[in-house]
Amino acid sequence: MQIKSKVYNNTLYVLLCGELDEHSATHTRITLDNVFSGGDFNQIIIDLSELEFMDSTGIGVLIGRYKKMKDKNIPIYICNPSKQAEKIFKMTGLYDIMPKIV
Amino acid sequence: MKINNFMEVTFKAISINEGFARICVAGFCLQLNPTIDEVNDIKTAVSEAVTNCVVHAYPKHNGMVTMRCEIEGEMVKITVKDSGIGIKDISKAREPFYTTRPSEERSGMGFAVMESFMDKINVENNDDGGLKVTLYKRIIKNQAQVRNA
Repeated sequence: MQIKSKVYNNTLYVLLCGELDEHSATHTRITLDNVFSGGDFNQIIIDLSELEFMDSTGIGVLIGRYKKMKDKNIPIYICNPSKQAEKIFKMTGLYDIMPKIV
Repeated sequence: MKINNFMEVTFKAISINEGFARICVAGFCLQLNPTIDEVNDIKTAVSEAVTNCVVHAYPKHNGMVTMRCEIEGEMVKITVKDSGIGIKDISKAREPFYTTRPSEERSGMGFAVMESFMDKINVENNDDGGLKVTLYKRIIKNQAQVRNA
């Protein structure tokens, strides 16, 4: 898993590249927490266009990050999920807390 | 022509083998000429089943996982089996959002995802210990060929 990020117009853009499963979950959690901890932004957009695979472990990772950012009143949005990721997000109600944007 | 085929692999229950299991089963299923979506559905369900073995089956040591994939006609049957501690209450474990480890940011959606991505799943404790998860998916060959054309 590779994570790229940049801040533009008070928005933190995060691109997840690779596979998000149990094997990559710990690295993803630590890296995202690190990226989310600093910088001048008031919202986060997570781009999944380069995410080649995700299972339900990814839901746990994303909800964990949501909880941390909720305390700081920073909303997180999701864009470009795969069909499989979209199905998991809809099943779990993730979009209720991390809305999808186009 | 009706295909009857199977493969079986045994690997250590460690997380790096989740990706191996996904690729392995996806490669084997290609002989049915599935769509990309069908392959991705199977990969997702297999990943959930293997993750269960990695995370829950062996709390004290790294045991083994045996994955068998059978093809009979249009039906793919995948069995993921471990020799670990099994699950005491399987119906409870299959409830969406149920997790024994909420502090570890686990979603508790593994079985729900398997059910959603496959046609049918079966979960049972083995007589000699451990858990066996069986996943079924029908790949309708002619339709897949038309869709891929």
